[in-house]
Amino acid sequence: MPHHFPPDSVGLVTPQILQFEEPLALDCGRSLAEYELVYETYGTLNADHSNAVLICHALSSDHHAAGCHEGTDPNKPGWWDNCIGPGKPFDTREFFVVCCNNLGGCKGSTGPTSINPENRKPYGPDFPIVTVKDWVRSQARLADRLGIGQWAAVIGGSLGGMQAMQWAISYPDRVRHVLVIAAAPRLSAQNIAFNEVARQAIISDPDFHHGHYYEFGVVPRRGLMIARMLGHITYLSDEGMRAKFGRELREGTPNFNFNFDTEFQVESYLRHQGKAFVDRFDANTYLLMTKTLDYFDPAASFDQDLSAAFHRTQARFLVISFTSDWRFAPARSREIVRALVRAGREVSYSEIASESGHDAFLMPIPLYHETLRGYLNRVAREVDGRTSEPAHATVPAATEVNTHAA
Amino acid sequence: MRPELELISEWIRPGTRVLDLGCGDGALLAYLHERRQVSGYGLEIDSANIVKCIRAGVNVIHADLEAGLEDFGDSSFDYVIMTQTLQAVRHTERLLDEMLRVGRQGIVTFPNFGFWRGRLQIALQGLMPVGKALPYQWYDTPNVHLFTIRDFEALCRHKRIDILQRMVLDHAHQPRLGPRLWPNLLGEIALYRLGRA
Repeated sequence: MPHHFPPDSVGLVTPQILQFEEPLALDCGRSLAEYELVYETYGTLNADHSNAVLICHALSSDHHAAGCHEGTDPNKPGWWDNCIGPGKPFDTREFFVVCCNNLGGCKGSTGPTSINPENRKPYGPDFPIVTVKDWVRSQARLADRLGIGQWAAVIGGSLGGMQAMQWAISYPDRVRHVLVIAAAPRLSAQNIAFNEVARQAIISDPDFHHGHYYEFGVVPRRGLMIARMLGHITYLSDEGMRAKFGRELREGTPNFNFNFDTEFQVESYLRHQGKAFVDRFDANTYLLMTKTLDYFDPAASFDQDLSAAFHRTQARFLVISFTSDWRFAPARSREIVRALVRAGREVSYSEIASESGHDAFLMPIPLYHETLRGYLNRVAREVDGRTSEPAHATVPAATEVNTHAA
Repeated sequence: MRPELELISEWIRPGTRVLDLGCGDGALLAYLHERRQVSGYGLEIDSANIVKCIRAGVNVIHADLEAGLEDFGDSSFDYVIMTQTLQAVRHTERLLDEMLRVGRQGIVTFPNFGFWRGRLQIALQGLMPVGKALPYQWYDTPNVHLFTIRDFEALCRHKRIDILQRMVLDHAHQPRLGPRLWPNLLGEIALYRLGRA
């Protein structure tokens, strides 16, 4: 049955796959002889290929950022559908938006569930642990293949924001704008601690089989579920959970049972989230992605000086954080901003009031979307050549800027 | 606001680095960028204003001035500017110190509480002054420290801050003869360029 999508939706989308034959050297010292990347695009690449925007996904999402796949529930579009589409903050009438599933993922790009060409068996735990730098390197090859020499913008939230930052550092001349949302310059001990508990939950599941569970026809369901439940708590905020669940008991539970069944609404919610996750995500990928997070530290190669890491960057930055995010709190974003200021880079920073915790970056918070829209509008005008970058603006161009602002 | 922007812009050397404390919608920075090709940032606490800056292409950083300027290194800007903000911050002294630590020079503008109309309102009506430069009622004003030109200059002497330049504007926001002769009585807005030896 054909479905009518709202006018601001990108509508039906089809993922595409590119094969890469040239080996990719990885930070761990190993290399991938060949690999595939699955990706989606929205909008149209313009004649001079200057309107491309890369969206980098976070820990548990994928290349399906907007629109719907044939035969799926039209009410469940891609993970950032509220931002991508005609008239939305990442306006597909202006931009050619690209989003790929990262290496090590489980949604179509080469990862632990893929077949290892060396032994014709799934990689499983033998899949190399890739880093944010490796991802960016693989995304640069994707850009080459798509004919994109320079991104108008690279955008990401959380782990995606780290990739966006890394883009500016690794390929200074290949990105004009970088949007770093709800991210951190590196994980804190507390962040790593949460990741470690999640990993131990998976690894200690009897069905894990040292990561070779595919061969046994099982999945470490309980471990992955607990890992997700734990992760989910860190995505929400105390006030958000209080508002959403309070101490409400679930329906049909008038009183305490004095046992360990699901009684509170919040328990029921977390279990549901955990179970749903197990059906759509691979445990080895989860392990790998948490390690990728732990390892990210661009300052490490610059004598622990983050501003030195930003010294060679040429992009303009927009950094956004959310007040109730305690996973990557506003103070972490301010570390990024401080380093950029000290490096003399162009940066804007906004701290958005929200009760949604870390998850806020996926929410259609009006002020947040206005901020994104305002920034991307300027990027679009820059692409159109109607105005040059403010840093190099001539007087007439700046006058036009004022006209637009009014 | 326009004459004030023009006068400030005349004090700014082209191509310099500027930090604007409490930059509002970014009008001053956009103006200075256009007229003086400055680079730099505005600091602003109000989210709606931050969106306006971003739309205008002005670098803006969400920050609370009361927390100081610890994210910024010593002498990292040529000018630190504070237009119509000094009277609205609680830690006036500390912010002045921070300004002249981070900037080689500071530029400050504020409404002069010694302006004759305000004096008349208090003397004759017994009411707190309300006027063009001080448009608020006492109960809804963002201004927490009201002071006069003489007060400010006494503070500068006390803190050993050098007044490099001063401009006093009358009620029409023009730098005319009257306010030049009797600044504390006829000046409604005061502009200062400050330094520290």
